[in-house]
Amino acid sequence: MRVYAAVIYVFLYGPIALIVLFSFNAGRHASDFSCCSASWYGRAFGNPFMMEALINSLLIALCTAVLATVMGTMAALALQRVRGVLRLMFDGLTYTAIIIPGIVIGIATLVALVTVFDAVNPLLAAAWPANLGQAPRLRLGTGTVIAAHTLFTMALVIVIVRTRIQDMDRSLIEASSDLYAPPMRTFFQITLPQIFPAVMSGFLLSFTFSFDDFVIAFFVAGADTTLPIYVFSSIRRGVTPEINAIASVVLAVSLTLLFVAQALQSRRRRYRSP
Amino acid sequence: MAKAQQSDGSRSVVTAMLLLPTTLWFLLLLVLPLVVILVFSLGERGPAGGYQPAFTLAQYANLPARLKAFTNTLTLAPLGTVLCLLFAYPLAYFLGVRASARAKPLLLALVVVPFWTSFLIRTYAWIFILGGRGIPALLAQFGLDDVRLINTPFAVLVGIVYGYLPLMVFPIYVSLEKLDKRLLEASADLGASPLRSFLQVTLPMSLPGIVTGCLLVFILLMGEYLIPAILGGGKVFFVGNALVDLFLQSRNWPFGSAVAVALVVIMLLAVTGYLYFASRGRRREDVSVI
Repeated sequence: MRVYAAVIYVFLYGPIALIVLFSFNAGRHASDFSCCSASWYGRAFGNPFMMEALINSLLIALCTAVLATVMGTMAALALQRVRGVLRLMFDGLTYTAIIIPGIVIGIATLVALVTVFDAVNPLLAAAWPANLGQAPRLRLGTGTVIAAHTLFTMALVIVIVRTRIQDMDRSLIEASSDLYAPPMRTFFQITLPQIFPAVMSGFLLSFTFSFDDFVIAFFVAGADTTLPIYVFSSIRRGVTPEINAIASVVLAVSLTLLFVAQALQSRRRRYRSP
Repeated sequence: MAKAQQSDGSRSVVTAMLLLPTTLWFLLLLVLPLVVILVFSLGERGPAGGYQPAFTLAQYANLPARLKAFTNTLTLAPLGTVLCLLFAYPLAYFLGVRASARAKPLLLALVVVPFWTSFLIRTYAWIFILGGRGIPALLAQFGLDDVRLINTPFAVLVGIVYGYLPLMVFPIYVSLEKLDKRLLEASADLGASPLRSFLQVTLPMSLPGIVTGCLLVFILLMGEYLIPAILGGGKVFFVGNALVDLFLQSRNWPFGSAVAVALVVIMLLAVTGYLYFASRGRRREDVSVI
């Protein structure tokens, strides 16, 4: 049993370790290994396309996480008071957003947005006041990636936060309003601290999902690129040590985030335990 | 009374305001796209690609043209799910029943961490291992020449098990963790062999975890694109790969829409059927307990 577990852990971590190891390759080809140099990291960070993709990805992930967390938490709080058909419709939409494959969401969003933009852009150009110069053109890009990522991650936040609200101690909220605290004060002093761990894990999950997503961004990014799109197209052109360096950077970003999350949670636990 | 009503009114205004952004998002980025896909799937292809309004089922009649993608998905997705289950169960059992309380948090974290890192990069790692200079080169040293691993169904299955193992381990672990260990002792005291205890106590108790894990993995596999694209090299392709081809290369939107609608319908049917049988299995087992 122990041996089996050990084998599985090697299976899980071996390939990742291999990438990190090969990213320090001093040789010129991905497949002949000679130790050790960080030169490919220099190459990767000196590459303007890769840097643009990295910055785009971080920006998209941050905006997605903020939007999804705020809107998802708002909806989860409001949904406690909603019953009947409206509630059923909302739950249905939430689970639809989660269950429909990313690739279908990606193409459907692409087709819908292109159709809408083609219809709206001439109207916008016609209605735009001449003294303001050229009318803005709606187009696919970073903004549409954020919008599409927010849909899926928002649904996840709703589910996570709602589970937490169900476990929440209701008597505290009642006590707070019995003691004449205004609703806003009750929210910030009672409700928010109780649901905060769920909100936080929703935020981190949204950030990671958005940062790692390839399929949805692939369709709706238009001419902009994100890091996964850049890595994917580089793989298509052939494997180089530079991709290994970029991959190691991506792994480092995800792992840092995970450790921050863990540290936050264990600090909260210690704070709460007395 | 009047005051209470007024505050009810303002409460529902607040509720509506809180739900407004989410509703907008759902309507614009979920309902609208799905409706557009449905409408397009009934249309015709324009002369320069894209969409021409029509009302025809011709696109659906044409689905057999991509039959290979559907049969690949419908064989490799269930097979991949079962393989994930077979590899994940012993690990989940070890974590839930055998592992010492001190080592457990670390061992659990080690299962979760890969799931938080880029799926694309974890899949890409296998190009190295399965590619010409990886395992095949190693096998050639032992006299096994010309072993091709990359761009085969085997490579895709390795990628599937590697990518989705954590997702399968976790729900099974959760249900095994809840298992009351005294039940196993009772079973042993009553003379059951370890195998019989496992089959009659542990396995049935972990069934909810197995059902959840298989459901999660299967749903994600039905829409898989990256693993076949990277490890299948155009030879082993899923419906997802056919969709990318139809929308981005040949720009045949109406046919692509029909393929997408068919994929979602097949997926929903499979999931409904699966849940039906899973719940029937559980009910039968309840009866046997009584």
